[in-house]
Amino acid sequence: MTTTTGAAPGRRLNRIGLELTQYRGSKTTLCAGCGHNAISERIIEACFELGIKPDQVLKLSGIGCSSKSPAYFLSQAHGFNSVHGRMPSVATGALLANKNMLAIGVSGDGDTGAIGIGQFVHLMRRNLPMVYIIEDNGCYGLTKGQFSPTADVGSTLKNGVVNDLPPIDTCVLAIELGATFVARSFSGDKKQLLALLKGALAHRGTAMLDVLSPCVTFNDHEGSTKSYAYVKEHDEPVSDVSFVPFFEDISIDHAEGTAREVTLHDGSRIVLRKLDGDYDPTDKAAALRVLRETASRGEYATGLLYVDTGARDFCSLLNLVDEPLATLPLERTRPGRHVLEELMEKQR
Amino acid sequence: MATTDPAAQASPISTSRTANEFSIQVATVNGSGSQTANLILIRSLFQMGIPVSGKNLFPSNIAGLPTWYTIRANRHGYIARKKEIDFLVALNPETAREDVLSLEPGTSVVYDAPLNLESLRQDVTFYPVPFDKLVAPVCPDAKLRRLVRNMIYDGVLSFLLDIELAEMEQALTRQLARKQKALSLNMAALRAGYEYAAANFPVKPPIRAERMNATAGKILIEGNAAAAIGCLMAGVTVVAWYPITPSSSLCETLIDLLRKYRTDKETGKASFAVVQAEDEIAALGMVIGASWAGARAMTSTSGPGISLMAEFTGLGYYAEVPAVIFDIQRVGPSTGLPTRTAQGDILATAVLSHGDTRHPLLLPASVGECYEMAMQAFDLAERLQTPVFVMSDLDLGMNMWMSEPFAYPDGPVDRGKVLDQAALARMGQWGRYQDVDGDGIPWRTLPGTGMPAYFTRGSGHNAQGQYSERGDDYRANMDRLARKFRTAATLVPAPEIAWEPGARIGLIGYGTTHWALVESRDQLRDEAGLATSYLRLRAYPFTPELEAFIDRHDRVYVVEQNRDAQMAALMRMDLDPQRMAKVRSVLHYDGLPIDARSVTDAILAQEDLPVGAEVPRGSVKTV
Repeated sequence: MTTTTGAAPGRRLNRIGLELTQYRGSKTTLCAGCGHNAISERIIEACFELGIKPDQVLKLSGIGCSSKSPAYFLSQAHGFNSVHGRMPSVATGALLANKNMLAIGVSGDGDTGAIGIGQFVHLMRRNLPMVYIIEDNGCYGLTKGQFSPTADVGSTLKNGVVNDLPPIDTCVLAIELGATFVARSFSGDKKQLLALLKGALAHRGTAMLDVLSPCVTFNDHEGSTKSYAYVKEHDEPVSDVSFVPFFEDISIDHAEGTAREVTLHDGSRIVLRKLDGDYDPTDKAAALRVLRETASRGEYATGLLYVDTGARDFCSLLNLVDEPLATLPLERTRPGRHVLEELMEKQR
Repeated sequence: MATTDPAAQASPISTSRTANEFSIQVATVNGSGSQTANLILIRSLFQMGIPVSGKNLFPSNIAGLPTWYTIRANRHGYIARKKEIDFLVALNPETAREDVLSLEPGTSVVYDAPLNLESLRQDVTFYPVPFDKLVAPVCPDAKLRRLVRNMIYDGVLSFLLDIELAEMEQALTRQLARKQKALSLNMAALRAGYEYAAANFPVKPPIRAERMNATAGKILIEGNAAAAIGCLMAGVTVVAWYPITPSSSLCETLIDLLRKYRTDKETGKASFAVVQAEDEIAALGMVIGASWAGARAMTSTSGPGISLMAEFTGLGYYAEVPAVIFDIQRVGPSTGLPTRTAQGDILATAVLSHGDTRHPLLLPASVGECYEMAMQAFDLAERLQTPVFVMSDLDLGMNMWMSEPFAYPDGPVDRGKVLDQAALARMGQWGRYQDVDGDGIPWRTLPGTGMPAYFTRGSGHNAQGQYSERGDDYRANMDRLARKFRTAATLVPAPEIAWEPGARIGLIGYGTTHWALVESRDQLRDEAGLATSYLRLRAYPFTPELEAFIDRHDRVYVVEQNRDAQMAALMRMDLDPQRMAKVRSVLHYDGLPIDARSVTDAILAQEDLPVGAEVPRGSVKTV
């Protein structure tokens, strides 16, 4: 997967000759043991292993614990910690300005499900080519533990307050609204999360990952359905996910009929090994049904839930020129004198 | 002329009719297709070389509510709204009574004959026209009659006001060139109206149009269309917007222009991106994101959108991201009067957001300035790395105004301080918010260009762009931002000043208030012998010319179209209190464009001079 040629002893270099440390960010200021840190680690590994150029990445976020995390990975990438719930619009503008960048957005369950639900909905509709990660812990950490809209009915706060409103399932929403890569994972499942992140990074379109990421300080107690123990116990993978990048010619052996393969835009493949049943991630109705059924049992269906590799992403839909709009020279953006004369003539 | 039946009056046509000094009001029902008829009316006067202006007074409604269109023709070139109506076309049964009763004595009225308005008054001249009877023979298809019926009053007015029929026909041909059937039907209606008037109205009104040569080479255009052309010529690449009256036509026109002129003819690919956003918050978010990544990005909105944009404007100010925002002001607060005009967002916009912020405002008074300032706004936003607002209004944005044709921008655009290898080598080391040049403006890098990355945040940061909650970092940053705003004062367009030698009184205006002030100054001089100098603000932050102007006068009147003297309040925030002791306000806020008479009377009253005309009823307040 990675090469060691030309490296100092013990140092791994990836396919573009960078070390893992070159994908790191500042030291985290989140709580020790926070699921979000594990997610940042997986993002670092995924980008390193895929050989993504850090300076070709945009990392964007809203406000909250989750939204601090872009500072903790890829310090060579341009970052934008914007305003609460509004990262989708900033990401949309940034990608229209430069569609050649790879955008990773990090949000939280409050940032997405409450204040940002409007922008989230329209981001999914547009199928903007970006990775959108929700670090989902069912509560507001920075303001000390209030429920968020993804909290489950019956889940309790530390002080015993019980949530009695139904949760918003961001995966259901994303699938309904037009996202073309929808997955759920668990910060504690390194292998699954890494494979899904790589798939998301290789996908062209909105890749929405809801990652259950327990809040060790405010929501990790008995009675919470977003605690580490609860999620680990109720994690129900729909299939076993592995990822084969386009630059590796690996065939994964599996017996006939035991796995599905999804080929992504850049030629990379996601291999989905069957578990209990045969889960088809291209079947929208089935995905929604499985999500509802598992939720009704108090379980979390994880893995690649839905994928559509054929849909047009927003930048393609707008039929933009090949070069970034941001740096087009004036002679390509200001029409000639004759155009103004033509416009004036019409008004005489 | 006080008769209810001009046909019965035997006196010959008056030879002392006043030429090119009148206003016509057309009262119709919204959605009845009067727009074309009104456009032909204003265009034919314009083609005759007569200075004209048109004001559309319309309801917030698709169809059915009353709408009025006022055209003013003035040989002196006054194009502000004139309150007094000289000629009424009363076609709306709902409002006809009130429309007629509010007229000054001596006014002429064309009306739909079945409305039977003659009995209302003896002191106005009525010209009853049987619209339905006239339209039936020229438009056999009953379903289409509603659409061509209005052209009859154009024909009637052509005869009564000596507006050359040939010019009307030319204007109509031009308007409907691509719709042959509509053209022939409308042409027939136009002529039917003319012929009916010629046959039935031997006495013409005391006003008339007369060919002159004051519009040669000029164009007639709406401010929003002018601003759209400015954005096109500025090389805009990302447009994000949310529909709102009276701003929508700016982006809609721009979209048409971009599709036509910025789509590659061979590949069909676009050198622009347009998004109709989910709301104004997202619209500005997209503009901020695009500008951050290096695009020239804009949005256009009106008051309610400005309120929603407060949060992102604060981010743009503090994280120092360019943005161009057009505010086509309408009457607030809240939904307010969505289809009426005001200058009511000045104060809120200048300091939009929580915390300490100041934003540059450009203040266009003409369609020409809508065009020029659109281009300036992009240059300023990128130079200053901050949101810049262009404060137009409904009157300017949605009405037709005369202008010299716009000049092609010859110079380059200013993309501001964007770091490249050469600049980095010169600087040695780079920090995102370092004031390298002493003007408060730092250098930025664009993603994907290979230059050093930085982390943009709306939270506290130091000169290196690192997260910081230190008080000294915060203060240093805020002080630099204040320094940057002082730099802005050296870059924004200076006021336009008309000095009157010996004048003790100074007038200050901005935006569309300008046109009333031009006329009011002449009224003050001619009616009361009051000489005034005049300063027209063209931008915020204020420039030194403003203080110098106040210093040269005993009293200064700031005239604006809002209740709370918003520009004067902004001056009070920034100028020495002693200087402000000289400043008074004249305020207009009834939703209609400000008129000269109201301003003149208000100033005369404050100067304790006799007021010539009747004091307006509640439309103007002096403070």
